[in-house]
Amino acid sequence: MSHLLEVRDLEVKFALRSGDITAIDGIDFTLDQGERLGIVGESGAGKSVTGFSIINLISKPGFISRGSIYFEGNKISDYSDSQMRTIRGNRISMIFQDPMMTLNPVFTIGFQMIETLRAHKKISKSDARAIALEKLKKVQIPSPEERLDQYPHELSGGMRQRIIIAISLLVNPAIIIADEPTTALDVTIQAEIMDLLQQLCETEKMGLILITHDLGVVSQVTEKIAVMYAGKIIEFGPTDQVVHSPVHPYTTGLIGSIPGSTAPGEKLLQIPGMMPTLSNIPEGCAFNPRCDLCEPICTRKTPPLEKKQNGTMAACHIKD
Amino acid sequence: MNTKKPLVSINNVVKHFDISGGLLDQLSFKGGKIRYEKTTVKAVNDISLFVNRGETLSVVGESGCGKSTLARVIMGLYPPNSGQVLYDGQRIDNLSHNQWLPFRKKMQMIFQDPYASLNPRKTVRQTLEEPLRFHNPRLTSTQVNDKIAEVVEQVGVDPVWITRYPHEFSGGQRQRISIARGLILDPEFIVADEPVSALDVSIQAQILNLLMELAEKRNLTYLFITHDLSVVNHISTRVAVLYLGTLCELACAHDLFCEPRHPYTRALISAIPKVGEKKAKHIRLKGEVPTPVFLPRGCVFHGRCVYANDRCTREVPELMELSNGGFVACHAVEENRSME
Ligand SMILES: Nc1ncnc2c1ncn2[C@@H]1O[C@H](COP(=O)(O)OP(=O)(O)OP(=O)(O)O)[C@@H](O)[C@H]1O
Ligand SMILES: Nc1ncnc2c1ncn2[C@@H]1O[C@H](COP(=O)(O)OP(=O)(O)OP(=O)(O)O)[C@@H](O)[C@H]1O
Ligand code: SF4
Ligand SMILES: [Mg+2]
Ligand SMILES: [Mg+2]
Repeated sequence: MSHLLEVRDLEVKFALRSGDITAIDGIDFTLDQGERLGIVGESGAGKSVTGFSIINLISKPGFISRGSIYFEGNKISDYSDSQMRTIRGNRISMIFQDPMMTLNPVFTIGFQMIETLRAHKKISKSDARAIALEKLKKVQIPSPEERLDQYPHELSGGMRQRIIIAISLLVNPAIIIADEPTTALDVTIQAEIMDLLQQLCETEKMGLILITHDLGVVSQVTEKIAVMYAGKIIEFGPTDQVVHSPVHPYTTGLIGSIPGSTAPGEKLLQIPGMMPTLSNIPEGCAFNPRCDLCEPICTRKTPPLEKKQNGTMAACHIKD
Repeated sequence: MNTKKPLVSINNVVKHFDISGGLLDQLSFKGGKIRYEKTTVKAVNDISLFVNRGETLSVVGESGCGKSTLARVIMGLYPPNSGQVLYDGQRIDNLSHNQWLPFRKKMQMIFQDPYASLNPRKTVRQTLEEPLRFHNPRLTSTQVNDKIAEVVEQVGVDPVWITRYPHEFSGGQRQRISIARGLILDPEFIVADEPVSALDVSIQAQILNLLMELAEKRNLTYLFITHDLSVVNHISTRVAVLYLGTLCELACAHDLFCEPRHPYTRALISAIPKVGEKKAKHIRLKGEVPTPVFLPRGCVFHGRCVYANDRCTREVPELMELSNGGFVACHAVEENRSME
């Protein structure tokens, strides 16, 4: 019954001078071995905070205020810092948009990979170097041997991101959380990195949480999607379902706004207005001021995330 | 070639940046001799193209390929090293500041980051009023107010907000304000450098709709710069594809997306992630993107091209016109090499 990762009723708040704001408002999801989950939504929806909270890396005024996170059956949301360190960067790795958040500019790639390995395992330098080389080959870096002796600044953005993936593979993680891993890269390189991640999930049985605002990327790589809006998951289901027959009016609008969804030159479907700021979330359904289908109940009661006719989960009073 | 007279044309434009720094940095010691070396970034290399009146010409290509530099050369913000820029048949790349003034009214630029391009200490009203009064000193206050009200309404900003400062607006609203600033002088030609790249899709759709609507209402001509190919497909009449400062292909949007000819364009189009399409088989490029400091000989793309042969490493392919009115610079296309 148990899942590789289970997030239950997670709530994350930020303690600000003006009072607490809720960035994540009670979300649930699971991830199994080898499964690929996409988290999509607009800027500020809570995608990164969700990713960070899994490995307990929420920055200062932020804290998990409710809910629990289970990894391989253990309640890691209760773990101390030192317990968490045995998981983070080891069983669960995180890849960021900017590879330099992970790479140290003053050390060679080889040094950083070998040190990472030796921090987790007692092995000789030469064995570590051999493993590092093997992982660089796995991420299909051209001339891997030479890369070991290069510094991060000598590599292109796409290559750095490959190095990061290679580093995260050093420890055979069960889950990779990738937060906008290709947003800073060109499309041809993005396509290659995405191929690589997908392939690794298949061969290494790794779970992937892909955080992005790009629905195109998510629909090509993942098997299920969570759509976030103002700190909540408002739609959750198999990628094909969500992309081809979205239930929630926000998801429908989001997909309709993508230029590829409308014939060239035609007016794009647009969602009026914008996502509310967290300190200003409307009563009832947070999407109600932007929604065409809004009825009186939508402004009074928060719609629960529930199973809809087509089998996906959505949080909407009107659509079923 | 084309029978219509283009609104903007650029001929053989070259723009290189000298990044060698001070004199000492330029001296190097090699083979027992002191040598003087200059490091230049070859951002734009011999590009020629034209923009027809009323069309949207998009310029696409990977980061650093010279899109913004080209735009800035056209707008007179960078002098080209060589080549010409013509506006309505008149050469504008060699004008003095005063000679430029009438073109400033006709040509406007919108930038990616509206926050950086709007003055934080000016209200929306001041931002719009200053260029208007400067270029039209004889306008009465009523005329100025009317003009501001008209433009603000057209871009969908609530007129009661014009006394506010940029930080009080969201990204999408700020982009509307910078579009309003671009329109206030009633330009004919707008260069938009990644105007929607910083925005979320739902807001991006609002701004793209606005730009398309304005183009129609005001009969605007756009040079639209972006790296987002689905946006390009949506809004463009024609598309120019750059690689390492070189024009590889220029074609009408439909042809370019349905039947890309240049090997680089083919790879680019195949890599677009499309919603609802499972795992597109994209064309893999070999090698790494070279830097514009050391341009490859021959075709700048040859190191990454799977169709390259010996000729490609030696000879620069010329831009040639195709039967459908498009242009492509590739030996393989010219020789009809098979590209299965
Ligand atoms: N350190 C912080 N202090 C206060 N609020 C924060 C902090 N970090 C995040 N938040 C708030 O939490 C919300 C969710 O942020 P998060 O970074 O998860 O968004 P996101 O969905 O990843 O957006 P983006 O696409 O821009 O990365 C935002 O509204 C943000 O303002
Ligand atoms: N003022 C400058 N001085 C020196 N080099 C410059 C200058 N402006 C641009 N460059 C260089 O010229 C090349 C082309 O840059 P440009 O900004 O035109 O690229 P771009 O296609 O707009 O890229 P992006 O998609 O990242 O905006 C780059 O290598 C860049 O580093
Ligand atoms: S000219 Fe040669 S190298 Fe350049 S794109 Fe064509 S085939 Fe490839
Ligand atoms: Mg984020
Ligand atoms: Mg640019």
